[in-house]
Amino acid sequence: MTCDNEVPVPDARVPLRRRQFLAFLVAAPVLTVAVPGTAEAVLPTLPQPAEIMDLGDILILAGTPTAGALAVLSVGEDGVVTLELPRAEVGQGITTATAMLVAEELDLPLSQVRVVLADARPELLFNQLTGGSNTIRSVYGPVRQAAAAARARLLAAASEQYGVAASRLSTRDGGVILPDGRYIAYGLLTSAAAQLTGVFAAQPKPVSEHRLVGTPQSRIDARAMVTGQFKYTLDHDVPGAMPTVVRRPPTINGTVKSVDSSVAKAMPGVLAVGVVPTGVAVVAETFGQAMAARDALQVTWHPGTIDALSDKEIRAKLRAAALPFVVPPLLTQHVDMEFDFAFVSHAPMETNSAIADVRDDRAEIWAGLKSPIVARQTIASVVGLPESAVTVHVMQGGGSFGRRLFFDAAIEAAQISKALRRPVKLMWSRTDDMRHGRARAASHHKLRATFGLGNVLTFEHRVASVETDFRHGLGEILTATAASLPVGGNLSFAQTVFLTTCHVPYNFGVVTSLLNEVPLKMHTGSWRSVYSANTRGAEEIVVDQLAARMGKDPVAFRREYLKHDRQRAVLDKVAAEGQWGRAMPRGFAQGVAFHDEYQSCTACLVEIDARDPQNPRVVKAVIAADVGRPINPRGLEAQLLGGLTDAISTTLRAGLHIDRGLPLEGSYSQFHYARQKDAPLDVRIFVMPATGEPGGAGELGVPAAVGAIANAYARATGVVPRSFPIIFPVDFEPFPR
Amino acid sequence: MPTYTFVVNGRAVTVDAPADLALLWVLRDKLGVRGPKFGCGIGVCRACTSHLDGAEIQPCVTPVSSCSGKTVTTIEGLASGDDLHPVQEAWLEQDVAQCGYCQPGQIMAAAALLKNKSEPTDEDIDRIANVCRCGTYFRIRQAIKSAAAKMS
Repeated sequence: MTCDNEVPVPDARVPLRRRQFLAFLVAAPVLTVAVPGTAEAVLPTLPQPAEIMDLGDILILAGTPTAGALAVLSVGEDGVVTLELPRAEVGQGITTATAMLVAEELDLPLSQVRVVLADARPELLFNQLTGGSNTIRSVYGPVRQAAAAARARLLAAASEQYGVAASRLSTRDGGVILPDGRYIAYGLLTSAAAQLTGVFAAQPKPVSEHRLVGTPQSRIDARAMVTGQFKYTLDHDVPGAMPTVVRRPPTINGTVKSVDSSVAKAMPGVLAVGVVPTGVAVVAETFGQAMAARDALQVTWHPGTIDALSDKEIRAKLRAAALPFVVPPLLTQHVDMEFDFAFVSHAPMETNSAIADVRDDRAEIWAGLKSPIVARQTIASVVGLPESAVTVHVMQGGGSFGRRLFFDAAIEAAQISKALRRPVKLMWSRTDDMRHGRARAASHHKLRATFGLGNVLTFEHRVASVETDFRHGLGEILTATAASLPVGGNLSFAQTVFLTTCHVPYNFGVVTSLLNEVPLKMHTGSWRSVYSANTRGAEEIVVDQLAARMGKDPVAFRREYLKHDRQRAVLDKVAAEGQWGRAMPRGFAQGVAFHDEYQSCTACLVEIDARDPQNPRVVKAVIAADVGRPINPRGLEAQLLGGLTDAISTTLRAGLHIDRGLPLEGSYSQFHYARQKDAPLDVRIFVMPATGEPGGAGELGVPAAVGAIANAYARATGVVPRSFPIIFPVDFEPFPR
Repeated sequence: MPTYTFVVNGRAVTVDAPADLALLWVLRDKLGVRGPKFGCGIGVCRACTSHLDGAEIQPCVTPVSSCSGKTVTTIEGLASGDDLHPVQEAWLEQDVAQCGYCQPGQIMAAAALLKNKSEPTDEDIDRIANVCRCGTYFRIRQAIKSAAAKMS
């Protein structure tokens, strides 16, 4: 049975009234199979928006007009080929993967490719945003085309220089091979190639000829990292830019009322003190001295924007905001469940940081930035310079997980530099990064599934979330401004992201997923997999409960209701490799879950040791992923491993408590992101063979792992978790405000 | 301001600094030794982990005054010239790093563990409390075991 694409999909932003619901049911083909005796025939679900066009498709479409200008390649006389990549590397391995694409097309050793991160390039419009697991999807074509064109140009140069038709030339190991076997290194041809006129478009190699792409490769920057030579933002020396920190308010968005800096200014090493919109900046000869002086400042503060709010009030707001279900729980068997997810800090190891040098006529910024164009446009406006006078350098970041979509440190550094009339090297403290930085928004989830006659009839999900801030737009000022509009604005953007990322992958009859957001004036932002970790994680818990109620095994149940063979293949893989159903000692259990997004799909099977329900440990994980076409399987496995660790952390122990306008957690001793003692002793990751175009992978691993861990915990302890993280006491003395 | 003399990665250095200034800032801001990273300032993320007279320390909570006359080794001083330490080799072999920011500290912690215990158990490895926010722990575990096997 197939789905009928002709049937209109109801507008999911509006809760369906009962009459609309019935009309919809009649219009859909689903009722035709709901006859007794066909228990194994599932009720197909109409495609949801994310299955027709996902966020990645939208980002690619927005980038299409500028795709031809995306990849800037240069061939040096030393034979090194440099790709200027207009994306941010923050650990996800895109510099290695794109270097592989270049090396493949140019028949070049990988070691001869350099990838540098491009400065903000406003002419790229919507095409310099790193997010949505979209880098490989969006650059796979343009980078290969640019490299193929470069190869064609080098061949033309060789053809002209040696008087041989280009069709008789080939390329190998970074050079052109003449018909007589002579090898001419690219470096010897690049000058002549640069002077050729004409268009050198060429088609990239067919994938059947790929020799490097698809093979496991190590990171191209790994050696620099393990020797301490790799430079992050704060490791760069910019003349005159001295260590700078900011004293921040006792509650989120508080502002300075008065400052007495007399003691601080007299402290050793202190160079300057000044008030900026976010607090009081201190510049010193070392960060240690800057922080000591910061602590010696006497500051009084105006209130912040959520001073009256703690977790209790925020949860009440979320519960009140969850939209109603369509299907009443009458006459049908049903599963109703509710879940709460806490705020979660992005907490990248490298705290928010930036270097800024703002002069009267120009400004230069260095920072880890995933949306550098809008950063440049905003900074120009904030410091009162024309955009053309602002240069924004994108530095490789020490982690992001969505955090560096926002450029608040870069703006703040620019403001400080302007106010104090000196270049500054700004670093946020860890406590500020957790308390005044951004976080995944807390959310509340209501789910209802109905079943009968051996089939799932309906599946409804109502997500109520604190607003996720999307005011970075698509990475430039127009869409950022649109997202900032008071009416529609961020909520429209959020609805689009929700509808184009989250969908239920099962044939569960009539499916509706609705998001409602509560705008609170605090700092949120997309956190690896945005809505999907919580939304899909919660759904996978309900799937297990549905299976139990219908008397089915969790793996067999998912197999039956998944829509496609490609989905079933990853599930089968983890079930086989993870020995699904094997006997385990008391207190141990397996759990499984599935997720698909970004044109990729994955299944995760974990084993948990929950003999002490307050001290569980995921001891083993088996993951399978089909990403369409893996570029670098080794990097892909790293991303899935990272997603697993994120899921272990946020499901079991890591979250933020909000108390009277401020998170209580102020460091890793309080925000319990997993350590080695929480990590599995055995992890097996299987990358499925290539079947098509590359899908997204950076965020893929989180949601299935969240579901698998929660399901394993439920099976091991007999208690289905409803609130995440599961173990979430305030087990520390909070730092002073 | 007092003066302190000690050895950093084989080089004798003398610095003027307040007695309570953390070694991390002497290294990073006065000496330009940037391998040890700031992550918390209170010794819990351990991204700055280095060695003092061969034993593991967190320079962000080590006053410079306690280093006088001693030998500091940071990630930059772990290799012998171009010959990497076996732990660094194992890190490359397992392709451990993602963002890489915590890895200097992870490597220094692993090197200190292997110095004291040539065949570490899983429990020994579990006691390394360095945070890796990219979640590379399993590869770190594999790399430590691989390095241990090669060093024995």
